[in-house]
Amino acid sequence: MKPFTYTRADDVTSAVSEVSRQEGAKVIAGGTNLLDLMKIDVMQPRHLVDITRLALTTIEKTAEGGLLLGALATNADTAYHEQVEQRYPLLSHAILAGATAQLRNKATDAGNLLQRTRCYYFYDTHTACNKREPGTGCSAIHGYNRNHAILGHSEHCIATHPSDMAVALAALEARIHVTGPQGERTIPIADFHRLPGDTPEKDTNLADDEIITAIELSPKGFARHYTYLKNRDRASYAFALVSVAVGLDMEGDTIQEARIALGGVAHKPWRNPEAEALLTGKKASRENFQPVADAYVHGAKGFEHNSFKIELARRSIVRALMQAAHVDQNSNGN
Amino acid sequence: MQEKALSPTVSTEIITLTINGTSKQLEVEVWTSLLDLLREPLDLTGTKKGCDHGQCGACTILLDGKRINSCLTLAVMHDGSELTTIEGLAQDGELHPVQQAFIDHDAFQCGYCTPGQICSTIGLINEGKAKTLDDIRDLMSGNICRCGAYTNIVKVVQEALERNHKA
Repeated sequence: MKPFTYTRADDVTSAVSEVSRQEGAKVIAGGTNLLDLMKIDVMQPRHLVDITRLALTTIEKTAEGGLLLGALATNADTAYHEQVEQRYPLLSHAILAGATAQLRNKATDAGNLLQRTRCYYFYDTHTACNKREPGTGCSAIHGYNRNHAILGHSEHCIATHPSDMAVALAALEARIHVTGPQGERTIPIADFHRLPGDTPEKDTNLADDEIITAIELSPKGFARHYTYLKNRDRASYAFALVSVAVGLDMEGDTIQEARIALGGVAHKPWRNPEAEALLTGKKASRENFQPVADAYVHGAKGFEHNSFKIELARRSIVRALMQAAHVDQNSNGN
Repeated sequence: MQEKALSPTVSTEIITLTINGTSKQLEVEVWTSLLDLLREPLDLTGTKKGCDHGQCGACTILLDGKRINSCLTLAVMHDGSELTTIEGLAQDGELHPVQQAFIDHDAFQCGYCTPGQICSTIGLINEGKAKTLDDIRDLMSGNICRCGAYTNIVKVVQEALERNHKA
């Protein structure tokens, strides 16, 4: 680890002014991803601003009837929070599908959104990587690319976003509250993470001098019809090859609204509102789910070691929709 | 006095930690992990440095009662915290029930992962979320045992949960 200087911020204003004032400064909270990357020199901040003492750990109801997750609420405290378990079980399940109990006890909700890709080449400082070192090239495109993207990738980067929590937040259309030198703003989760394009070094649209203060959930939690389906190489403590977050609003067996977000397939949680709209007013059935799954993977492109993800995603979407709608998996043949 | 031109700026902070019930004031370099602080200056080497990347769980300790990977956090960030390590579990010469259960069930071979497994088991009991065998396996997945003593470790956790339920 490269030496750095350290300060402890007392409030949001001083935290923002510290990160904007110091060149190469980074905020640290849970530290579970940042310190891991600092130990192998992938990240080399010159100054750390410890924000763990800020009063941002609470989870409380909003005036609109939603829920506001403090940026520093831990993943464990969020997943097991009574309001989250009862009203947003999709989020609770997604969080508990990720990492380990030890990591979830430390990792914060804001940090979960800001975690970096687990692309093997991003981690290996002896290889070229446009995300780690812009302009050096992408080693994954012609390398071992099993955990890489099939949607939204570019010739510069085929990394995926590793978070499970963010996939559920995408389906829940969460809003990210941030504060910077110019004041506060709110970013819809769909606009928070970026596609790699020709600037894969930028994971998100959060400015370097902004910090996340909260994650807002709307009152719509899809607590009756939801699923977080995660496919991975082992049953626990592994990143998703393909994951699917589904929230359905149903009247009898008719779907009023469908939300579907995919994880493990792109540089950000993947939504396709046009494909979701195919389900509006439709009966919940395998016949109606299949075209949605087809539309989701339309245009997908795999690489040498991950093309299996395209079919895996199609099948996972159908299964997740069947589970969320409580449709018998064995019905309707196929 | 002339400064040494090439020496890097040593950045240290004074912190207070309560470790296994004893309060200590310590001067730490800001980049020292909690794990390295425990093992080196404090000589509490029961907590193991396995992978140093949060993947193996050998460094698991209890921070304010919660299990964490001590390798993935900086000591300086924990001014005022209470830590329990494997050395702090036995009371009055008597092993903690979870320590005794690891012996009774032969739940280790080389023993390297065991301090982390024991702290993790105690953390799991404190959390109160594990109900089934599958829950135990999932919630203990942050602790790797390369000897493969998992079957007996699961028995220990199961017994500890049952005992805790009755108590």
